[in-house]
Amino acid sequence: MIHQDANLVKNIFEKEKLEQTPTRNGYGLGMVRAGKENPNVVVLCADLTESTRSEYFQKEFPKRFIEMGVAEQNMAVVASGLAAAGKIPFISSYAVFSPGRNFEQIRTTIALNYQPVKIGGAHAGISVGPDGATHQALEDIALMRVLPNMTVLVPADAIETEKATFEAAKTQGPVYIRFARAATPVFTTKDTAFEIGKSYPVFEPKDKDKVDCAIIACGPLVYNAILAAKELEEEGLSIAVINNHTIKPMDEEHVIKAAKKAGAVVTVEEHQINGGMGSAVAEILAINFPVPMEFIGVQNRFGESGEPDELLEKFGMGASSIKEAVKKVIKRK
Amino acid sequence: MIHLHDDKIKFLEETANQIRQDVIEMLVEAKSGHSAGPLGMADIFTALYFHILNHDPKNPMWEERDRLVLSNGHITPVRYAAMARAGYFPIEELKTLRKFGTRLQGHPERLRLPAVETTSGPLGSGLGQASGMALAAKMDNKKWRTYCLLSDGEHDTGNLWESVMFAGKYKLNNLTAIMDRNNIQIDGFTEDIMPLEPLRQKYESFNWHVLEIDGHNFEEIVGACEEAKAIFEKPTMIIAHTIPGKGVDFMERDFKWHGIPPNKEEAKKALHQLRTLDGKIKSEHE
Repeated sequence: MIHQDANLVKNIFEKEKLEQTPTRNGYGLGMVRAGKENPNVVVLCADLTESTRSEYFQKEFPKRFIEMGVAEQNMAVVASGLAAAGKIPFISSYAVFSPGRNFEQIRTTIALNYQPVKIGGAHAGISVGPDGATHQALEDIALMRVLPNMTVLVPADAIETEKATFEAAKTQGPVYIRFARAATPVFTTKDTAFEIGKSYPVFEPKDKDKVDCAIIACGPLVYNAILAAKELEEEGLSIAVINNHTIKPMDEEHVIKAAKKAGAVVTVEEHQINGGMGSAVAEILAINFPVPMEFIGVQNRFGESGEPDELLEKFGMGASSIKEAVKKVIKRK
Repeated sequence: MIHLHDDKIKFLEETANQIRQDVIEMLVEAKSGHSAGPLGMADIFTALYFHILNHDPKNPMWEERDRLVLSNGHITPVRYAAMARAGYFPIEELKTLRKFGTRLQGHPERLRLPAVETTSGPLGSGLGQASGMALAAKMDNKKWRTYCLLSDGEHDTGNLWESVMFAGKYKLNNLTAIMDRNNIQIDGFTEDIMPLEPLRQKYESFNWHVLEIDGHNFEEIVGACEEAKAIFEKPTMIIAHTIPGKGVDFMERDFKWHGIPPNKEEAKKALHQLRTLDGKIKSEHE
């Protein structure tokens, strides 16, 4: 059942009736909110102003919007310079370009420099769809979480992305925020708690102390994990689902607690299984409380063109694949 | 053309000579590092820290200070030496260059030493950072200027040219860049590795104001930096023609000295040349 304290939408299981909004809209709105609160917030964009929703900020604060042209490396270093002089820059592009193309500039001039630059990675995941493999970032979580000083956020819907973006502006140091192109269900509400570094239970068994498996998910796939958990519950299994939006610094305490209670964990993310959120969970559990794990994500291959749902199904990230992984991991207990 | 008082020129020349000696001593002590670039840029660093920059070594992070971004971080020993001589930190600390626990990292790090402004070493990214600082100063109506020192070799990178376009677009006339045009890079002469010329015309076509100077002539260095302050609507690039290894005859113009330090014997010879002004002074002060 849905966790009572999560304040999610009431009709969460009526997928067709839920508002469908891309998480990138939340990024745009969050930057505007941050800009209203702090005059030092500036936004840079590399020729993708509409599709990254940086245009919301551009319209509100034209003098604080900086068009970089198709120059992601320069966008990173100019942002570092702006930050050195007191600004809080958001840099917007597709995740394959930023942090993909400009990784070294981010590493040296933002992360090692410890500058408060906020990196917005749009069109992350396979759900980018028709654009195909070149534009589907499946490696960005790994690239960013390996950097010291970097905070990494993968919010689950548009409302949570707005909160994450707003909070990122107030966080010291660099932050990476990952969001997606496709419209996905809005299932959190303005009352759903959000704090960087804290993961939240969104689904729990009727008997809280009897859990067969914990699903730890991030991004819009949290919704698929909830759907899978409900179906598994109907089949008689007791499932907990955690919205693990902060990949770094991860809520270790909650992850360990969940593993101890369930004795088996499935991670769910729209990213390569190598080096992503699931890997980070495995690192924590290997040291603290090893349990059998299964990883839902892209299995060491590139994406392709198609509609988001077709691709998620083909690449094994739909609710049915999550259910299979849960059953498999429970057998390994 | 700016005319500096003879006493001023003498003071700057002596200071630059001292800084070159510091560089040799630091490198021989560190047993690794770059020789040619720091020696070639000693006059420009001296002019900046002892005449041009508006700064306060006793209050290094003074908000109104001019920002000096060193893009080619590998020549940092000359900056460290100039900063120490200007009073930022004790001269003795120079001997810790590249050693365990030092603030004087092999390549400069912002969080370790106040007023180095940024972490650098990977080439091609300093001009963009300096542009970001200059743009922020314009947005906030601040009077301080941003100076960026960069190498000729790093003009091979794409990031640098992105920054050149950007600074031209935003008309960053509060940005002065100084290029160390010494014609060498690690693998050889710049025009053999990846031809850069015509550099002046390239910058002019990107909407920069361009000046070319003798990078070892203090009146030309100071004069160019003064002229840059008077330019509206354009950033200024000062192409400073320098001799790599300047002041030590066996290092001058030889790209082999780009990335290596002198050994003890070579350092002794180099220091002797610097202390006697190439034999012109008989009584060497050790």
